[in-house]
Amino acid sequence: MHIVVCVKQVPDSAQIRVHPVTNTIMRQGVPTIINPYDLFSLEEALRLRDRHGGEVTVVTMGPPMADTALRKCLTFGADRAVLLTDRFFAGSDTLATSYALSFLIKKVSENWGAPDLIFCGKQTIDGDTAQVGPGVAKRLNLLQLTYVSKIESFDMEAREITVDRRAEGGIQVLKTKLPCLITMLEGTNDIRRGSIEDALRGARTEIITWNAAQAGITDLTLCGLRGSPTIVKKVFAPKPRDEKAFQIEVEGKSMSDISDALIAEIGKRQPVLERDMLKGAMSY
Amino acid sequence: MNEKAKAPAAEPKSRANQKKELPEHLKSYKHVWVMLELERGVVHPVSWELLGEGRKLADQLKVDLGAVVLGPPGGTDASVADAFAYGADVCYVVENPALVDYRNEPYTAVMTELVHKYQPEILLLGATNLGRDLAGSVATTLLTGLTADCTELAVDADGSLAATRPTFGGSLLCTIYTLNYRPQMATMRPRVAPMPLYQAGRTGRIVRHDVSLPEDDIITKILAFLPDGSTDKANLPYADIVVAGGLGMQNADNYLLVRQLADVLGGEWGGSRPLVQKGWISSDRQIGQTGKTIRPRLYIAAGISGAIQHRVGVEGADLIVAINTDKNAPIFDFAHVGIVADAALALPALTEAFRKRLSAAATRPAAE
Ligand SMILES: Cc1cc2nc3c(=O)[nH]c(=O)nc-3n(C[C@H](O)[C@H](O)[C@H](O)COP(=O)(O)OP(=O)(O)OC[C@H]3O[C@@H](n4cnc5c(N)ncnc54)[C@H](O)[C@@H]3O)c2cc1C
Ligand SMILES: Cc1cc2nc3c(=O)[nH]c(=O)nc-3n(C[C@H](O)[C@H](O)[C@H](O)COP(=O)(O)OP(=O)(O)OC[C@H]3O[C@@H](n4cnc5c(N)ncnc54)[C@H](O)[C@@H]3O)c2cc1C
Repeated sequence: MHIVVCVKQVPDSAQIRVHPVTNTIMRQGVPTIINPYDLFSLEEALRLRDRHGGEVTVVTMGPPMADTALRKCLTFGADRAVLLTDRFFAGSDTLATSYALSFLIKKVSENWGAPDLIFCGKQTIDGDTAQVGPGVAKRLNLLQLTYVSKIESFDMEAREITVDRRAEGGIQVLKTKLPCLITMLEGTNDIRRGSIEDALRGARTEIITWNAAQAGITDLTLCGLRGSPTIVKKVFAPKPRDEKAFQIEVEGKSMSDISDALIAEIGKRQPVLERDMLKGAMSY
Repeated sequence: MNEKAKAPAAEPKSRANQKKELPEHLKSYKHVWVMLELERGVVHPVSWELLGEGRKLADQLKVDLGAVVLGPPGGTDASVADAFAYGADVCYVVENPALVDYRNEPYTAVMTELVHKYQPEILLLGATNLGRDLAGSVATTLLTGLTADCTELAVDADGSLAATRPTFGGSLLCTIYTLNYRPQMATMRPRVAPMPLYQAGRTGRIVRHDVSLPEDDIITKILAFLPDGSTDKANLPYADIVVAGGLGMQNADNYLLVRQLADVLGGEWGGSRPLVQKGWISSDRQIGQTGKTIRPRLYIAAGISGAIQHRVGVEGADLIVAINTDKNAPIFDFAHVGIVADAALALPALTEAFRKRLSAAATRPAAE
């Protein structure tokens, strides 16, 4: 079995600062991490490999320094890591990103066999679009299972997979055929520590690095800024909320009066909510 | 393609940033569309909110507002009527047994076919699991731009869609355009736009479109649907009402007061990160940047200071009520209503007051 996991290196958002005058993001010195959502997918992939045998290849498209994210994945136990890096990819939106990643995955297939499963994170913490997974699936003409909370069963022989998918108001239990692309929901597992051997291997193993041409990309007009239909025109800071919280009068009031005052205030500000709550109460 | 191929700086600008004349085959794209999320007979409210926003865009552009309604045979009539009442001029209706529940394959096929045939200039979907799953596939098939998770939609002077979305955990906003491709696609967060007025009796034109979707050709099968409630999992992101506690609850016993209020309100309960670390709550109930982002209609935070990492997870709430002993706590900077009080006393009183109010309503006949 061969599983490909797509990971993205992202700035640690807790430490992102915005320049107060220019409203640009101050990336200098901000540490990078593996997109936290990707770790749920990586762990799921590793578990499937441990149970069914095979290999896990992690891939990323990014700047040369994204190799640190890949190396980290090796220390968790991934079998190989491939970095696609080229200045032509700068400024990619999700359409251009899925274009590049689809070539990267095709090249990986040529080298190490077609993947039975491809994993992406649910979304990233920087771009935060959740669009790359569906984009890659479409580019590779694969079925997609997004927002998966659990892999119920996995049958290599029948080439079938059954998963729980988070939908509005409940869980869809979906069954589909391999190969397919999966995005895991957060909180579904905890990334392993990785063994000492993996830590050593991660430090030593070479990160396979390809540029656009090596990945087989010939049409550079579909890459990076030029291949991106979306255009970020303006970046600006939100207006801080100018009023502070309206304070319920507490001085000299009993807790029960305070509570009634709060309920009245909620009813005043959210009449529809109050109506729905009362309706809900009536259906008991 | 080898004209100065310099790596652009971090903030992209330059050639793509300009509006070219649209290619001939895209010039005929007109009208604003909203894809209705119809699941098991119920339309997700974000679709109505989008019709409200779409109405404004369509009026400004002087075009029609279309609603796309997909469902099983005989399963769309009520939603079509509601779509007109919420402002649609046209409903594009596709009924087929394969569309009984949402699945990516048939929905993508139908949406793509509709876009090719009827050519909308703007296509809006909810930033829900369904909307994001579908929009990503449709945009990639059509090779057009898609702006994610918008909080504001507008058309600018030259008629282009300006879609604004938060970024970097809410610390910045950006406005994104799709100038040279059609349709211009965007998903919008639930509840950022108000519900439009329901105009009973308002009608419009229905365009029925037939598709062939043999079930045998669809590979993904739905084996079951397990509605929430039959599972015991926390469902914070989807909850209408969330009550949360922080370190100000002092101990695990007091934290139970949070749960009691949530139970009376029929809501979910959660907390700040330190409570997970203390083991008072499980990690799937942590709210904030490294926990769940919630967007309830009512959020009650008791004994939570309001650190930025907590704030970004709750700011989408319609109404934030904070209970804190410290009148200078940062949470009062973004809460709408505050109570400066000891949460261990305020919560039981509030629980009792709500219980009374709700049970009074339950014994009264419906007063609609
Ligand atoms: C502020 C801001 C707003 C943006 N808004 C939009 C927008 O509205 N529409 C748009 O099209 N683009 C947008 N972009 C561009 C977008 O962030 C990039 O295209 C980015 O390369 C991928 O999108 P994402 O981070 O949203 O990934 P997501 O789609 O959220 O990522 C999902 C998963 O795809 C995989 N993945 C994503 N990127 C890579 C990668 N480079 N290598 C390997 N795997 C990857 C990971 O598994 C990840 O978990 C925006 C960028 C910024 C900075
Ligand atoms: C990378 C990173 C990620 C993080 N992610 C998250 C996250 O996802 N979610 C999250 O919540 N935090 C997160 N944090 C932690 C965050 O920075 C804060 O430390 C945390 O939110 C504080 O929790 P708190 O408000 O419960 O506690 P405190 O900050 O200690 O606040 C307790 C509050 O209770 C009040 N209080 C005291 N006694 C009473 C009483 N009797 N009645 C009423 N009020 C009382 C106090 O006035 C105070 O305001 C993260 C931090 C980092 C660095």
